[in-house]
Amino acid sequence: MQPTFSSSRILLPVRPWFISLSLLVALLLNLLPTAWLPAVPDWVALVLCFWCIREPRRVGMGWAFIFGLIMDVADASLMGQHTLAYVLLAYFSASFSRRVLWFPLGRQSLQILPLLAIVPLIQFGTAMIAGGQFPGVSYFLWPLLGALLWLPLTFILLLPQYQPVHRDENRPI
Amino acid sequence: MALLSLYVAISGSLMVLDTKFRHLEMLRQALSVATTPLQQLAHAPARGLMQAGEYFQSVDTLQDENQRLKRAKLDNAPQLLRLQQLEAENARLRRLLSVHERPNVSGQVAQILYTTRDPFTRRVVVNKGGNDKVQAGLPVVDDAGIVGQVMRVYPFVSEVALISDKDQAVPVQIVRNGLRSVAFGLGKGQLELRFMPANADVQEGDVLVTSGLDGIFQTGFPVARVVAVERDTSYSFARILCTPVAGVENFGEVMILAPRETLPPRPDPADAIDGAPEEKVLKQKKKRPPRNP
Repeated sequence: MQPTFSSSRILLPVRPWFISLSLLVALLLNLLPTAWLPAVPDWVALVLCFWCIREPRRVGMGWAFIFGLIMDVADASLMGQHTLAYVLLAYFSASFSRRVLWFPLGRQSLQILPLLAIVPLIQFGTAMIAGGQFPGVSYFLWPLLGALLWLPLTFILLLPQYQPVHRDENRPI
Repeated sequence: MALLSLYVAISGSLMVLDTKFRHLEMLRQALSVATTPLQQLAHAPARGLMQAGEYFQSVDTLQDENQRLKRAKLDNAPQLLRLQQLEAENARLRRLLSVHERPNVSGQVAQILYTTRDPFTRRVVVNKGGNDKVQAGLPVVDDAGIVGQVMRVYPFVSEVALISDKDQAVPVQIVRNGLRSVAFGLGKGQLELRFMPANADVQEGDVLVTSGLDGIFQTGFPVARVVAVERDTSYSFARILCTPVAGVENFGEVMILAPRETLPPRPDPADAIDGAPEEKVLKQKKKRPPRNP
């Protein structure tokens, strides 16, 4: 696979354990006590979105469902609130994956923005139907930050795939 | 697409099951066994930083604080000593008047670990759970007053809904005149007394304490202070805003109170010796038209 479809560079195939590891790290980041900061990205949603776009055959709605359940319990939110949002995110990311990867990275993040915006909007809708309080405008801002983080995220998560096939002992990288 | 509709249907039914029927506590308990260690792990760095900060706090501040606390203890000592005597006297007098004795308050100290990330509710997680015999519904207080109520109990931690959580209700009484009401959380760190008539005797600065009529909260704990009373003649109810007196939005240590003794059961209206319940009166009125004198 290539970094973007217009690029001529060929990447190594992704390792499945790296996908699991990155999702787990995202979950840990989500569990950090950052509730008092405004517009902290939902890391699990961001990483899920990334893998659904990069590897739609490996990561899909099943992973989204499981991580949604875990986040529901960890956040003590309404059961199914994260689940629904993540599943929809995974579905739309996977169906847009061929389109998004044609763009250069900067414009990819613009394409990601509406995808990420699904998550807070769906969560807001379900929580309001169940009778929650209004969380404040800053709650809806994290997709903006998430879209900005798309560039470093792509770099970090693709890093293991940038390595050459044959390692040269005399060369550091 | 088929898979999507399946997952959406499952999440939708999860939501309905959770909000309407509360059947999912088992699933929550099971998953929390997996998430709690992860959460502890994620919180370890923050806690470590805090502890390091405490460690490096200069001896000066600690000595200062120590002295201040000693002085405060001395200041409070006479009142405490009198309180013991007053409590004994109160108990004796209550026995003389054959009024029910007020039970002693006991409980266990718990530490607030973190606020839940869910921005739609106001809840905190404390470090005492089912293993410490915490039950759902127990009141939680701090040194100033009521903080909230235990909502959900896990094996090692439990969730406390703050009194400022939306629609969290506490039966209260105004100290000044004994007026009873119910304080509802507004979700913005404030509470509201709903359905109080526009001419109700409520003033700014009034202190609200628990009335204990719900059988959950003990009587007489401070809850909130009235900060604004709006009386608009176009509405039949006054709009009364209060702020909690306890450090509801602060981190720190709280006390989970032991369960109260159960209230006596509500008497059956059919057993009334004198005066009939409403339905009876209505039936009698229908049956027997009033006789003419």
